[in-house]
Amino acid sequence: MALKIVKGSIDRMFDKNLQDLVRGIRNHKEDEAKYISTCIDEIKQELKQDNIAVKANAVCKLTYLQMLGYDVSWAAFNIVEVMSSSKFTYKRIGYLAASQCFHESTDVIMLTTNQIRKDLSSPNQYDTGVALTGLSCFVTPDLARDLANDIMTLMSHTKPYIRKKAVLIMYKVFLKYPESLRPAFPRLKEKLEDPDPGVQSAAVNVICELARRNPKNYLSLAPLFFKLMTSSTNNWVLIKIIKLFGALTPLEPRLGKKLIEPLTNLIHRKIHIFSSHKMLCSQSHLIVSLSRIAVLISLSSGMPNHSASIQVMKYLGLLAMSKILKTHPKSVQSHKDLILQCLDDKDESIRLRALDLLYGMVSKKNLMEIVKKLMLHVDKAEGTTYRDELLTKIIDICSQSNYQYITNFEWYISILVELTRLEGTRHGHLIASQMLDVAIRVRAIRVFAVAQMATLLDNAHLLTGNMQRMGICEVLYAAAWICGEFSEHLENPMQTLEAMLRPKVATLPGHIQAVYVQNAAKLFATVLKNQEGNTDSTAAQETSQLMIDRLPLFVQSANLEVQERASCILQLVKYIQKLQQKDVEVAEEVCALFAGELNPVAPKAQKKVPVPEGLDLDAWINEPPSESESEDEQPKAIFAKEEPKHSRPRHTEVDEKELARRREARKQEQANNPFYIKASPSSQKAYQEAPGVEHIPVVQIDLSVPLKVPGLPMSDQYVKLEEERRQKERADKKKKEKKKRKEKRSGRGRKHDSGPESEEDITPAHMVDIVTEEMPEVHRSCLNITMNLKGNARTNMISAKGAVSSYVVSGGIFLPVKSSKHKKKKQKKEKEEKEKKKKKKHHHHHHHSDGGGEESVQNGTVEEEEPLPVSVYDIQGNLQDGSQVVVSVIFENKCDSFLKSMEFNVLDSLNSKLQRPEGSGPHDGLTVPFQLPPGVSNEARFVFTVQSIVMPQKLKGTLTFIVKNEDSSTHEKLDFKLHFTCTSYLITTPCYSDAFAKLLESGDLKCSSVRLEGVIMPFHHLLARICFHHHFSVVERIDSCASMYSRSIQGHHVCLLVKTSGQTVSIDAKCDEPTLLGNVLDEIKQTFSQC
Amino acid sequence: MQFMLLFSRQGKLRLQKWYVPLSDKEKKKITRELVQTVLARKPKMCSFLEWRDLKIVYKRYASLYFCCAIEDQDNELITLEIIHRYVELLDKYFGSVCELDIIFNFEKAYFILDEFLLGGEAQETSKKNVLKAIEQADLLQELNAFNVN
Repeated sequence: MALKIVKGSIDRMFDKNLQDLVRGIRNHKEDEAKYISTCIDEIKQELKQDNIAVKANAVCKLTYLQMLGYDVSWAAFNIVEVMSSSKFTYKRIGYLAASQCFHESTDVIMLTTNQIRKDLSSPNQYDTGVALTGLSCFVTPDLARDLANDIMTLMSHTKPYIRKKAVLIMYKVFLKYPESLRPAFPRLKEKLEDPDPGVQSAAVNVICELARRNPKNYLSLAPLFFKLMTSSTNNWVLIKIIKLFGALTPLEPRLGKKLIEPLTNLIHRKIHIFSSHKMLCSQSHLIVSLSRIAVLISLSSGMPNHSASIQVMKYLGLLAMSKILKTHPKSVQSHKDLILQCLDDKDESIRLRALDLLYGMVSKKNLMEIVKKLMLHVDKAEGTTYRDELLTKIIDICSQSNYQYITNFEWYISILVELTRLEGTRHGHLIASQMLDVAIRVRAIRVFAVAQMATLLDNAHLLTGNMQRMGICEVLYAAAWICGEFSEHLENPMQTLEAMLRPKVATLPGHIQAVYVQNAAKLFATVLKNQEGNTDSTAAQETSQLMIDRLPLFVQSANLEVQERASCILQLVKYIQKLQQKDVEVAEEVCALFAGELNPVAPKAQKKVPVPEGLDLDAWINEPPSESESEDEQPKAIFAKEEPKHSRPRHTEVDEKELARRREARKQEQANNPFYIKASPSSQKAYQEAPGVEHIPVVQIDLSVPLKVPGLPMSDQYVKLEEERRQKERADKKKKEKKKRKEKRSGRGRKHDSGPESEEDITPAHMVDIVTEEMPEVHRSCLNITMNLKGNARTNMISAKGAVSSYVVSGGIFLPVKSSKHKKKKQKKEKEEKEKKKKKKHHHHHHHSDGGGEESVQNGTVEEEEPLPVSVYDIQGNLQDGSQVVVSVIFENKCDSFLKSMEFNVLDSLNSKLQRPEGSGPHDGLTVPFQLPPGVSNEARFVFTVQSIVMPQKLKGTLTFIVKNEDSSTHEKLDFKLHFTCTSYLITTPCYSDAFAKLLESGDLKCSSVRLEGVIMPFHHLLARICFHHHFSVVERIDSCASMYSRSIQGHHVCLLVKTSGQTVSIDAKCDEPTLLGNVLDEIKQTFSQC
Repeated sequence: MQFMLLFSRQGKLRLQKWYVPLSDKEKKKITRELVQTVLARKPKMCSFLEWRDLKIVYKRYASLYFCCAIEDQDNELITLEIIHRYVELLDKYFGSVCELDIIFNFEKAYFILDEFLLGGEAQETSKKNVLKAIEQADLLQELNAFNVN
């Protein structure tokens, strides 16, 4: 009986192979999960058996289950077992399972390294092939590192089958273990000319992918690829090569020209290559083919039956066009109709592509038309993603380059309001920021915008009706702010105030409530002002009462910001009410809280804030770290950059021409920067390219506010209005034109046909304020205010640092800055009132070499009578140029007077010379490129040329400067000495013990030794001290004996052997330059004699 | 190429090959999302889909969808060509392939794919060579099996 059971179960196990499993799953449609869990139990049983065939079968089934989404990570070890079977049948299954189930975090992968290596070197090419295939799927950085060499060997395998696999997998290896690229590259390059086409195409593939990541390194291969391109007949390879050239041509323009001919040939031959040639179109002498693409699109649009392949061509055509658009917008623009047509396509992919193209095709003339069309699509669109995409595109298109194409902002505001009706959009904040931007920058639009926003606020319940629309309530943020800030334009501020204080507001997100509260206060001020003008004082008191009644709702808010603002304003209103009851007129004072114009500040405006004198952002705050990690890698870059520093003017005057040039460049930049917003008279010029246009007044549209009920489309009427307006303008212009012609008969070829209007002729109905000053005066003063003014209700809204904040909505708080000019002067005065005090001087020498360590020798000369700077200096050897040292001097003004016109001069010796700018005499001083206010320090660098470094030397120098007090200024002079020790020419250089041993054995080094008595510090302190002060590094240390190494800037090796016994330290030293060695040892001795 | 998926009209996954390391969870999520999006598209639409920062190239053969994810700069047409070539290979190997062939011999389908693509790149463009390699390997497998018995 028992035997029977056993036998039966064995049978079942053997019977159920993959096919049975699949069939079983298909037969158990209702209880699939249950069936599979029994299967998994069986598989677990099978895996416990010793028979590899059973195991392989189980693993095969697991792979299938893995695909169905079941977790099989528990069987990872069994998979490895099957992989390591010697039979190809099982090995194949094992590797397949591994490639499907393993990923980087699978820990058993570590166990596979040796197995894979064994398989890679198997005599059977299919074993190797399977291993390579599997490896390509689960290669980890560790595997890549360990197996890179084996795979590299396989690249020259005799069988092309293996070669091509090895070449391809190298790409994966490079990605995981980039160090392998360098040694493997020559061989990879060889494979480009492999006799087997498969291997060749694999090599092309790999290099093409590599080049895409870093094209520069592969430019040298261009000729080889060029040859391949003209000779190869394999389309797959050709496409890859063309793609590669697509990456290379931007780097080497000549390549583009050279490619035209072969490419056009190819295009003629094979149409399907041309989607890859789109890459090159950007380069484009190949614009010819554009028409071809257009033909293709029109062809495919014209076809009655939209078959999928035609759609494919359409998509690719649009894609190609978008590439061309970047370089040749004109040629794409001519296909506008075609592209608009594509917007109607059923296929979302095609619509998205067409949308992309639209961005580059709008003009003043067609903007309204295009947007109208897009708005229709918004209404029709199903699916929020596409709708959101449309919304962002509409806003993108309209706002591009400073609203360049918008001629009528009322229309734009209406569009924005219409967009708020969108359901479930995530882009409420985008609409909100546009509303704010337009309202702030386009002054003329404010009346209209405020009216619209008031209506929005009134109907806020429509926006916040259901939870789905939470995204859109961001708009209320903008609406509330605009209504509050420009409340003087409100027709009925009381009504809006009430709308803002409705209990329902409490359901809005915190940051919006905060804006509500703040702007309710602004509105309150406006309302008070209106009401106090009347004789009836009760109305004003009622308003205060309303505020007092409603604000507590916000005081209880969970949001801190809301709470804070509400309680602050509540107290304010209570106080106002008290005053009102005493019949005091308060409106004016309340209004003063919010007086002045809020101006946005451009994000880049910080640049304009002058760096306080003496603040050197590059200087170390603390001592530089003594570890010099970077010196081995890229010392050249460091020094190349730093050397010219001493001559770089910090705040020095720039000549007029340069200034003018910079100003021009800045203006240019601002014109393209949508964040510059300040009004200026010159901003209009941007729109008045065509002479004659300036006679046309900016049209004030005398419309009654069209939006009374939100949710009705009304932007359409603007399209019509705009047409009329333009017609009128044109008529006007024609009249003027005629007049002009009568007056002048000069034969200027300027023609204004009554026919189609040219782009320049269309004047905008409203102007956008565009800043021309990088940071207008007003803003600079604000900065001071933010830091200095107290009692201004506004300041607490401004970010704490007093830094310039852009007006763009960020972090939920709106951060505009109010301007008020008169405050600025006060601050300046304060500065000047500083008193003069006692002066001190302290001179302190400090040696330092290349960040490797430092030595400070106090030369402590203290002179009391002069107001002088403290100066500290470092001497840094220049690793690249053995004859240069950089001396960094830190000047610190310890006195209370202002120091300026500092000049640094050193008396050159035969050996060392101060590098002076060309054209100056050998005794001229160098101007220190900064001035020092009291208590400030700054660093200047001076480069010295040194002939011989074997001897220490001292250079005498003087520093002259002017001490400026409030009433007088005196010329002062300070003498100093620069001490170039031999140590300062040494650079901490690490050295390995074997290299060190070789150096000692070489016999080129001269020996010298020194004994130090009475050293009572621990040995490691002693070593640290030598390392630190004399720039050595420890090579090896054994008990009380250590070897040390350093190198001079001119490449002398200095080796030390330090031994200690009791209080005696003996240093045996070797160096190829005995004088240098002697001096270094002397300096070391001195260091220890001082302690 | 980042990955290749084969799934049926009912949304059942038939084959998956990932050339980028992703966790199982992510793979499942991507699969679910893609299957839904692709199945929702009408037959007359183009074969390309922009999805996250990838491009999805898909094509339907009978009841099976073949779906590849490529990077932005990759060529869409060549990807379509790869899909087609793979279908041709399956067809040659199984002899007018149908979905059931792939279901029941899914490991074979993988072997063919592995001979054709490696690490997401086409390794062998010659149909003949791919089939030859597969045949040889199968032969080896049978020999093995024979020896065991």
